[in-house]
Amino acid sequence: MPKGQRDIQGAGLAVLNRVAGSKALERLGLKKPAEQALFAASRTGFKVAGMAGRQFKSVKDLLSPARLESQAPRELFDLSPGEEQQMMVESLRRFAEDVLRPAAADAEAHQEVAEDTWKGAFELGLGLMAVPEALGGAATQRSPVTTALMAETLGWGDMGQAAALLAPVGVANALASWGSQEQQGRYLAAFAEDNPPDAALALLEPGAMGDASAPRLKGRKHGEHWVLDGEKALVPLGPFADLLIVSADLEELGPRLLLIEGDSEGLSARAEPAMGLRAASLGRLRFKNVLVERGAILGDESTLREAVALGRLAWCALAVGAAQAALDYVIPYVNERKAFGEPVSHRQGVAFTVAGMGIEVDSMRLMLWRAAARAEQGRDFHREAVLAHRYCADRAMQVGSDAVQMLGGHGYTKEHPVERWYRDLRAVGQLEGGLLL
Amino acid sequence: MINLEEPKKFRMLVHQAHQVASEIFRPNSRKYDRAEHDYPKELDMLAALMDGMNQGGQREAGVAHVARGADGSGEIVNGGNMATVLGLIELCWGDVGLALSLPRQGLGNAAIAAVANPEQKKALARAWAAMAITEPGAGSDSAAIRTTAKKDGDEWVINGEKIFVTAGQRCDHVVVWASLDPSKGRAAIKSFVVSKDNPGMKLLRLEHKLGIRSSDTATLVFDNCRVPASALLGSPEIDTKQGFGGVMQTFDNTRPVVAAMGVGVARAALERTRELLEAAGVALDYPTDRWRIPAAAAAFYEMEAEWEAARLLTLRATWMADNGQPNSLQASMAKAKAGRMATQVTLRCAELCGAAGYGEDELLEKWARDSKILDIFEGTQQIQLLIVARRLLGKSSAELK
Repeated sequence: MPKGQRDIQGAGLAVLNRVAGSKALERLGLKKPAEQALFAASRTGFKVAGMAGRQFKSVKDLLSPARLESQAPRELFDLSPGEEQQMMVESLRRFAEDVLRPAAADAEAHQEVAEDTWKGAFELGLGLMAVPEALGGAATQRSPVTTALMAETLGWGDMGQAAALLAPVGVANALASWGSQEQQGRYLAAFAEDNPPDAALALLEPGAMGDASAPRLKGRKHGEHWVLDGEKALVPLGPFADLLIVSADLEELGPRLLLIEGDSEGLSARAEPAMGLRAASLGRLRFKNVLVERGAILGDESTLREAVALGRLAWCALAVGAAQAALDYVIPYVNERKAFGEPVSHRQGVAFTVAGMGIEVDSMRLMLWRAAARAEQGRDFHREAVLAHRYCADRAMQVGSDAVQMLGGHGYTKEHPVERWYRDLRAVGQLEGGLLL
Repeated sequence: MINLEEPKKFRMLVHQAHQVASEIFRPNSRKYDRAEHDYPKELDMLAALMDGMNQGGQREAGVAHVARGADGSGEIVNGGNMATVLGLIELCWGDVGLALSLPRQGLGNAAIAAVANPEQKKALARAWAAMAITEPGAGSDSAAIRTTAKKDGDEWVINGEKIFVTAGQRCDHVVVWASLDPSKGRAAIKSFVVSKDNPGMKLLRLEHKLGIRSSDTATLVFDNCRVPASALLGSPEIDTKQGFGGVMQTFDNTRPVVAAMGVGVARAALERTRELLEAAGVALDYPTDRWRIPAAAAAFYEMEAEWEAARLLTLRATWMADNGQPNSLQASMAKAKAGRMATQVTLRCAELCGAAGYGEDELLEKWARDSKILDIFEGTQQIQLLIVARRLLGKSSAELK
């Protein structure tokens, strides 16, 4: 926890009494003063103290949606990022190295990203690339590849914090792609600010055998509205999100995405800690008779399928970064660690494992890039996304497991970050949504 | 800007190669698998056709065009390395053995392209050159080569035995690795071009093999085989510092070529498996839901993902070569991945297709035999992993053995 933040927290605590009845506190189920006090010593708490929940209002009157268009198909096979992408990656790489990596253990322990980290990331322009110029951002075209490169770089620093930071970016990407002019005017400009709303895509549901394309969360038709009942699981920033994009099976319409504000009546949330990604503040959301209007529907009948695919690719991108981090960590370790009188890397059993890790990290990256580049050029990318996702789910976990193995017993302890990467990388296979390229 | 689609400008070349594969290779595939050592005469006609293609603007493709590229302008290009690999994927989709028997597409041609001087290149422009490296006592360990070349006046005198020479019978030239001084290790190994009509070089026998039977695999004996001084490729100096670099660089360029063979034969197996599975009622339409699909479909997607990874690693290696970037690491990654993938995928396809996968009515069982060599020649899986590991770990071959 950065030092400067505690002072702000003090102020937050001082006003806590006055806001004890706030909806946000209720939503979080924090009733006892002790819980509130504990909770207040954090970014979340500060937010609660600050009357929680951003109030959205239309800030821009758009004549038409500022939809970001796909880029033109390219002629050349090319693996070199564009100049802007390179600059973005370089600055995020420094941020990942200087801020995310050193903060990883603390962020995990506190189960959230520190306020300074959050601010730092968005001051670097994390949100700008997703928001169209007309709404104060810097984007002229949709670029899943740019988001993928950003995610890979941040994931190299720390996958848990990266997931939290990229959750609002995912929502902005979705709004830029599919939002109506009203939806964009109300929500999207806020994502270009230094302090964007806490927002995430909520697609995953509790339990086994979930199918992201067929949500169990139901919307009953009720006059001109739908009434939502059901749950979403492991949503990044879920316990305190200002804005959610939720998948639901709507009566008469079928599976759709919905924009739902965090302080909606009937929406409650709780922290839902998991094996890893603890810095992402994963949360369980409960919808009990939540009323949604037709205007809350995002996109059309094909949007959910696309969102699932782009969400999976975002997890692949984080995994590529974290797997690369694991490889980068293992190489000096096995070169320095001695057994039987020489570095353990002089043994083929170790060396071949490292070679395998290298081949798999590169394979994952190329498969991700191909799918993202196809999406970016408006080509069909579902086959590529399915293959990349299966591949990354498998191999990222293998790389994570090999990394712990290469450090032996030391890898199993918290002396080294590989055990955290092991826990984080398991997420690639089963998390849906949360993020979106 | 990042884009991993095959470039449009190679579409014609790919199309032509596919026509050759489907109209000439496939119909003859089983025939020459059964008639091992018979010369596939259909290939002569094909050679003529390919000469025509080469003159028709597709100059860039073929093993003689796999070399470090880049024109120095800094502009990204897609060139001869990628074209060759894309063409070869198609040809090996047709038949790996026949692709290896294509006149003038021998590995020796790649070596000539990589290390020959301009006069040699000119003299050998129409050559079909095989490559003779392996010996009965030295496979992956090329420093242990015992074939020698001794200077005698203006000539070199070569003595030794070479095995596993692909196209060793059908070629007209052989590039042979020999040591100027076996006590000096790798640095003393040089390559020499020997014409097939040289009386000092004799064909001892042809191998009977698990697969790629339409490709001849020869044992050659060099008995006081005299070649002119100009037959030596590269410098005659034994430079212990530069060592092996020159001859080994050939492999940086040809490893992706062999990886492409694996990509091609595996695609053949995947395509046929898809047809057979779909005919049996298994849907293969890449659903979002991962868990409610038949096990056969799940296995298929797994294989396809593995195939795609190998294909992209291969294209990356060629892209780097075309743009003048050192790619030894990436070439070995591609070869390691594609060699293993090809074997695993073709074997699994044979399994998934049941009786059709094992019987000779289909080519699936043949592909599962053909593919195995791809994880062995041009550096085995284990050698590739050693190269990758040494590069990643920053180790010498003395440290990481």
